Amino acid sequence: MAETLGLTDEESDILAGDQGPGQQKAMAIVVALAKIYGAADLVPVESAQISGVSYKNLGQAGLEFLQEWAAMGARARIPATLNPAGADMQAWRALGFEETFIKKQRAVVDAYATLGVLPTLTCTPYQTGTLPALGQHLAWAESSAVTYANSVLGARTNREGGPSALAAAIAGRTARAGLHLDEARQPTALFDVRCPLASEADLGALGIMIGSQVRHGVPYLRLAAGLPPGADLKTLGAAMAASGAIGLYHIEGLTAEARGGTVEATGLQPSSIDSLRSGYHVLDGSAAEIDLVSIGCPHASLAEIALIADALQGRTLRAQLWVTTARPIRDGAVRAGLVSRIEESGGRVVADTCLVVAPVAALGFRSLATNSAKMAFYAPSHSGLSVRFGPLERCVEATITGRWRP
Amino acid sequence: MSIELQGRVIQPGEACGVALVSAAPVGFLGGVDPDTGTVVEPGHDLEGQCVSGRVLVFPTGKGSTVGSYTLYRMARAGTAPAAIINSESEPIVAVGAIIGGIPMVDQVDISQIQTGDRVRVSSDWILVER
Repeated sequence: MAETLGLTDEESDILAGDQGPGQQKAMAIVVALAKIYGAADLVPVESAQISGVSYKNLGQAGLEFLQEWAAMGARARIPATLNPAGADMQAWRALGFEETFIKKQRAVVDAYATLGVLPTLTCTPYQTGTLPALGQHLAWAESSAVTYANSVLGARTNREGGPSALAAAIAGRTARAGLHLDEARQPTALFDVRCPLASEADLGALGIMIGSQVRHGVPYLRLAAGLPPGADLKTLGAAMAASGAIGLYHIEGLTAEARGGTVEATGLQPSSIDSLRSGYHVLDGSAAEIDLVSIGCPHASLAEIALIADALQGRTLRAQLWVTTARPIRDGAVRAGLVSRIEESGGRVVADTCLVVAPVAALGFRSLATNSAKMAFYAPSHSGLSVRFGPLERCVEATITGRWRP
Repeated sequence: MSIELQGRVIQPGEACGVALVSAAPVGFLGGVDPDTGTVVEPGHDLEGQCVSGRVLVFPTGKGSTVGSYTLYRMARAGTAPAAIINSESEPIVAVGAIIGGIPMVDQVDISQIQTGDRVRVSSDWILVER
């Protein structure tokens, strides 16, 4: 078998153990993956976003591995940040999380901290200080953040797994393959979206449809009616990455590489999308009574939290409302008086976690309403919840009445 | 009879064991009980079989990336396979084999190996005896 992967002298030395066993293991993982992907060499990366944080998913095996790797002296060489944990690390008791779970969750976050990974606990690093630029190479896990970084910002990352992103953080490099290369960033499927897009739920339904049609590839969208006002593209990519293994999409005239002519959809036969009905059909279930309304998957922005506070208008709630966000955004919402307005209604603004990775079934919820297509896509299988899916106004109505309006 | 096969090293090492061959991809998170090494995925062609100490042969891995940590836990608990042989490896099982220190080779013609064969793995070289 011919050896095609080229390593620098420093990389070879690390692989031989010159910088200790922790670094050696990280380089061994990066090198093995580079061989699997057929990479010619490794590429230095600017930042890493690491998934596999919730103790619900990581389990005792993952925790013990992180602790052992930390004890071997492994440390991140580049800025590295963490995905959401399985609970709000400050308000967990009031929210009903078990103390035994919190102890394990703290041990996970502590092990990552020893490894030099910042405990940001958000799926939206681009909202909290890690904002990559066009053309920068990254090693990001968290599929929704991967689509945002690649598509909206024009940075370059593959859909890393949790362990591979951590190895890249410690090695400071990843395989130069896939979406790191120009040719893999060219569109493979062209869509003419002819129906109007009126809300974030419409964007999510569209994303689910495109992800399940394209599966593996790079969709290129032409939007006849443009985006809804105030649209936040994080929901579109999150949906595509949930129903398909999408890491990059382009919107003509709008996203980073499709406004400068870097990529063009030449030679592709367009498919028309005239209705979002099939997307809503996948996401919207049949529950009439709603226990919980979930907003903030991916983590809510300050602007979204303000919209919710305005929509509630201080009315009391029949169904619980959880708005999930990043800790610094929650802090900003506290200062802006938004959290107290939501809490006066009985709603909660929850940081550090999200309902995809929290042990939701153990909290006693059975039905959920959300404006997040990603949440609606995963909740039935991950948490056994019955789901209703629609725009923010309908979710706010459901939290006030405890019912989903037919 | 004996057959010699050549592959690509994912995790170097030496191992001997009796082959356990699956025609279907294997996922470790939720697919294998790490405490017993038993395949628990309903309907899988190895369902109910124990992978511990066997040379586990399958086309490729599947499932959540957290499955890498399941393999690590099996290695720590002594329930891991003695070695892993794949047609084409993917990141989840490859990372699991590396962090668990389980010898692993891929790009192997696995149709040459049958369940029950005695298999020796030494770096990129495989000896199959039946």
